[in-house]
Amino acid sequence: MASTAMALRRAMRRPWVARVAVIALLFCLWEIAARWFVDPMFLSPPSRVFMSLPAVFETRGVPAALRLTFWELAVAFALSVVIGLVVGLAVGLQPFARKSFMPIILLLYGTPQVTILPLFILYFGIGPASKIAFGVSHGFFPIIVVIVAGVQNIKPILLTSARSMGASRWQVLRHVIFPHMIPSFFAGMRLGMTGVLLGVLLAELYVSTAGIGHFTTLFTQNFDPTRLLGLISVLAAMAIVLNEIVRRAEVHFGRWHAD
Amino acid sequence: MTPSRKERQGRLASRAVQATFLIVLIVLWYLATTRWRVSPLLLPNPVTVLHDFWDILRTGEFIGDLRVTLTELAAAFAIAATSGVTVGYLISRSQYRIRVFEPLFAGIYSIPIILFLPLYVLFFGLGPASKIALGATISFFPIALNTIAGFGYVDKTFVVAARSMGASDYQLFRHVLMPAALPIILSGMRIGFTVALLSIIGSETIASLAGLGHRIVHLAEGMEIARMFAYIVFVVAIAMILNTCVSVLEARGKRF
Repeated sequence: MASTAMALRRAMRRPWVARVAVIALLFCLWEIAARWFVDPMFLSPPSRVFMSLPAVFETRGVPAALRLTFWELAVAFALSVVIGLVVGLAVGLQPFARKSFMPIILLLYGTPQVTILPLFILYFGIGPASKIAFGVSHGFFPIIVVIVAGVQNIKPILLTSARSMGASRWQVLRHVIFPHMIPSFFAGMRLGMTGVLLGVLLAELYVSTAGIGHFTTLFTQNFDPTRLLGLISVLAAMAIVLNEIVRRAEVHFGRWHAD
Repeated sequence: MTPSRKERQGRLASRAVQATFLIVLIVLWYLATTRWRVSPLLLPNPVTVLHDFWDILRTGEFIGDLRVTLTELAAAFAIAATSGVTVGYLISRSQYRIRVFEPLFAGIYSIPIILFLPLYVLFFGLGPASKIALGATISFFPIALNTIAGFGYVDKTFVVAARSMGASDYQLFRHVLMPAALPIILSGMRIGFTVALLSIIGSETIASLAGLGHRIVHLAEGMEIARMFAYIVFVVAIAMILNTCVSVLEARGKRF
């Protein structure tokens, strides 16, 4: 008994063990609350949510909706990266362009874009196009801002010395600017991913015919918290995985550059 | 230091480019609606929008919705700020707790919490309560994380020096911890405020009975597009004013 208590105490000294314990405790509280205290119309215990995951996937249209949402996220992210990179380089490489257009970009970045969500539906319809467009509108601003900052932070002496050794414009771009941009590029990708997730999911929740937004509305209106929680958990897991991929990439390539 | 003549000329040129860009945009908008006959259902005439905008301001019909949104925002932010700073402070008091909770909070913060909006609507209904709860949840995390960062990473030398000179707990807090942590906490509060505003307008747009976000959706569904544009301009202006106020307060608080 004493030895297990000591082993337990020793294990709890490690932060990650304690972290897992905290999460487990929260799940236990949720389970207890849902089983005995809260109306089952509104909350289901996590055990039942977990057991119902197969049922969620068997609901007609849900696998297709998840695929569609994932596809929207992927396309929106790819477009954001391309647009952000092109605009970021175009604005960042020229001091004059930077001074003229950065205030405009920062101003647009600072406005709450949710206010124009109905406009996106008006222009792009209620299908996937509006979700992709809205995701892009959230995703490319942070990428531009980070890319411009990255280009700006290149030491002028590197550019001057490259030029004085007779490097062409393309060579400067290829051998000085690109390698130095890699860390900020991946930092931008991470922020862009956060933005794209927010934009696409907002638009999905607002109005949707075939994506996951359709099913969250359906489950909410049917007072079916089990399947609603199941679907939300799957989506949260998707968001965590996507975030983790870009974060790993950022850590990996950020270190590579360290000088 | 006064800017040199060349610098001043450069700044003037940038301003000119910005102004030209804006004017070209508005002229294109005007031409699109008059000359090229874009349907007013897609793009209303800027003059009509301006007219509607003045009408909204003059009649004061925005006041009801503005009050709903601002009340929700104030309640959400008050909850998030108090709980975020309290929880953050309690966690920051031990390195162990920081290492347990900080990655947990950071992980949750990286999930788009707006996903849980349907649940909040299920629990709290379509009224203001669900917006307040969601806004408070979303803005809790940046505030708590920054409070942890502010209090948790105060340079040890300062603490030891103050202690060895005989500072009491209160004096340590008042003269060492607070000045070191305040700027970071204030940044967290600014971020928290911005995301709270965003999530409240967002959740009003998605599911609500009143508020500025609801008004825009209502006009969109009624196909009163010119008035919707006017309201969008209004909400963006309000958001900018609020964000500017918060930034000014943040800067002033940091100086203090």
